[in-house]
Amino acid sequence: MTMTADTPVASESIFRRNLSNFAANRLAMACALIVVLFAVMAVFAPWIAPHDPNETDLFRRLQPPAWIAGGEWSFLLGCDALGRDILSRIIYGARISIFIGLAVIFVATTVGILAGLAAGYLRGWVDVLISRLVDILLGFPYLIFAIGLMAMMGPGLWNIILALAYKEWVIPARVVRGETLVTRELEYVEAARALGASRWHIMLREILPNVLSPVIVVATIRMAHVIILEASLSFLGLGVQPPTASWGSMVSDGRAFILEAWWVSTFPGLAILLLVLAINVASQGLRDAFDPRFSE
Amino acid sequence: MSLLKVEGLSKHYEGRDGIFDRITGREKTVVRAVNNIDLTVEKGEILGLIGESGCGKSTLGRAILRLHEPTKGRVTFDGADVTALDPAQMKAMRRRMQIIFQDPYASLNPRRTVAEIVGLPLKLHGLARTDAEEREKVAAICARVGLKPGQLDRYPHQFSGGQRQRIGIARALVSHPEFIVCDEPVSALDVSIQAQIIALLLELKREMGLTYLFISHDISVIGYLADRVAVMYLGEIVEMGPVEEVLANPRHPYTQSLMSAVPEVDHAGRRKRVRLTGDLPSPLRPPSGCKFHTRCPLATDACGKIMPKTEIVGPDHTAACLRLAENLSLLEEVSA
Repeated sequence: MTMTADTPVASESIFRRNLSNFAANRLAMACALIVVLFAVMAVFAPWIAPHDPNETDLFRRLQPPAWIAGGEWSFLLGCDALGRDILSRIIYGARISIFIGLAVIFVATTVGILAGLAAGYLRGWVDVLISRLVDILLGFPYLIFAIGLMAMMGPGLWNIILALAYKEWVIPARVVRGETLVTRELEYVEAARALGASRWHIMLREILPNVLSPVIVVATIRMAHVIILEASLSFLGLGVQPPTASWGSMVSDGRAFILEAWWVSTFPGLAILLLVLAINVASQGLRDAFDPRFSE
Repeated sequence: MSLLKVEGLSKHYEGRDGIFDRITGREKTVVRAVNNIDLTVEKGEILGLIGESGCGKSTLGRAILRLHEPTKGRVTFDGADVTALDPAQMKAMRRRMQIIFQDPYASLNPRRTVAEIVGLPLKLHGLARTDAEEREKVAAICARVGLKPGQLDRYPHQFSGGQRQRIGIARALVSHPEFIVCDEPVSALDVSIQAQIIALLLELKREMGLTYLFISHDISVIGYLADRVAVMYLGEIVEMGPVEEVLANPRHPYTQSLMSAVPEVDHAGRRKRVRLTGDLPSPLRPPSGCKFHTRCPLATDACGKIMPKTEIVGPDHTAACLRLAENLSLLEEVSA
């Protein structure tokens, strides 16, 4: 009758313990901070951006960054071919990247969790149907699949989200299915059945909370992929349509002048790099904290 | 009338055959985990179910509760045919028949507090009108099984094995069931804790008028608490009867070999140790005739061909062996 794991806070949950593990990882915390900064930048873009991102000024065409001769401190990162302020466009572009990233991951994770739980717990024909669909979707190269869909549906914000979510859901679905297959055999699930719990109760209340950790980790890792995919689509001209600022299309805009005005492509490219890198490192820290099997 | 009556209960698992097997038309592989079991449990009694690992004890317990849907046979509980109930009726029935699990680490959801785990049956069956009433009932049963009031909002990982088993018992009892399947509730615990949990289960049985099907592989536990005992071998019951009678005068050679394996500290005439050779045969390809004949020291040629019938060998005492009439025993005393 002794406590094996006496903890200072009586009601401390595993979740909170994991969260404090995460906070102890300084590099991951720094990267999480960068992600938060990007998010703040996106939300408060109209107050932060020094200029209107779509205001053209042909006198400032390809104006270099402030520290190069011919640059001006009020246009810190220089201007593009239409004389638009690159810094302001990057700040507004963060809105597109982060919004699309979040929206796709939200839709895909919701669908994926439901599909994975149904396949893993109900088994039978439900499992066969969902698993085959997942296999088929995994057989398509992601970007080509998205390009095809965008060509079919036409450009637009919601169409990008749908085009990416159509395939993205298979990732959480597979994770949830695998975890559900393990969890459904545990005695506490059997105990819930013995108590008369319904399938819905068992799937959503008993199994879901126990498979959520890996799903959250996967969702954050995939968010970085989705941001790159959105940038790729925009780069190819299939993303958000001009004049709306998007990092991918900004890189594409600068291609023609890459030798004489490198800053037009480079700064949005660096923005993509920094955000994706920060998300990746932060999510790896999250994975280490939430799934001790991975930490070394 | 018996509280629980099991007739011809079987649980078979069909092997998943590959496409190759289907083309060649090979027979489906069937695991007969539980085969044609008959037993009754009277109200207020403890029926011990004993046998070695893999003999189908737990599967039988779960088939009775329809946690594993039985393949064949009937389970009658308090006059109602459990195997024929529709889902709504089954849910109501589940309040009356509960289970305590072997592994106190796997049987509690790690993401739920004690209060949530123990309160779940009340929620599912609408047994508490308000949250306060639920909390009160949860606190009462938790106090009864020996948990402190301050521990209700803790998570399972903050408890030791013995305490976790107390939580599992509280969950099984909070809805005031009548019948409990105890699936090796003490095998995962330290010996010192085992005694506490067994004492608790006996007290609760007396107070709440419970009936137990107590599954164990430990003959001394069964001998201590059961009224009657059923001995299981490879999915079948080979001997059943009042516990004193079966332990004092075991008639089936398998029961005798189990008895001989019980270590004794102080015994004037030491018993012969019967050593069974080989492993439990695979239930995929069970032996013909008497299933025990491959390991039975008394087996004859006939044992491999003829399936023994269950015969009455004493008051309320039955056994299934071809050589019962010869009154053989493996347990002749060896002079020390």
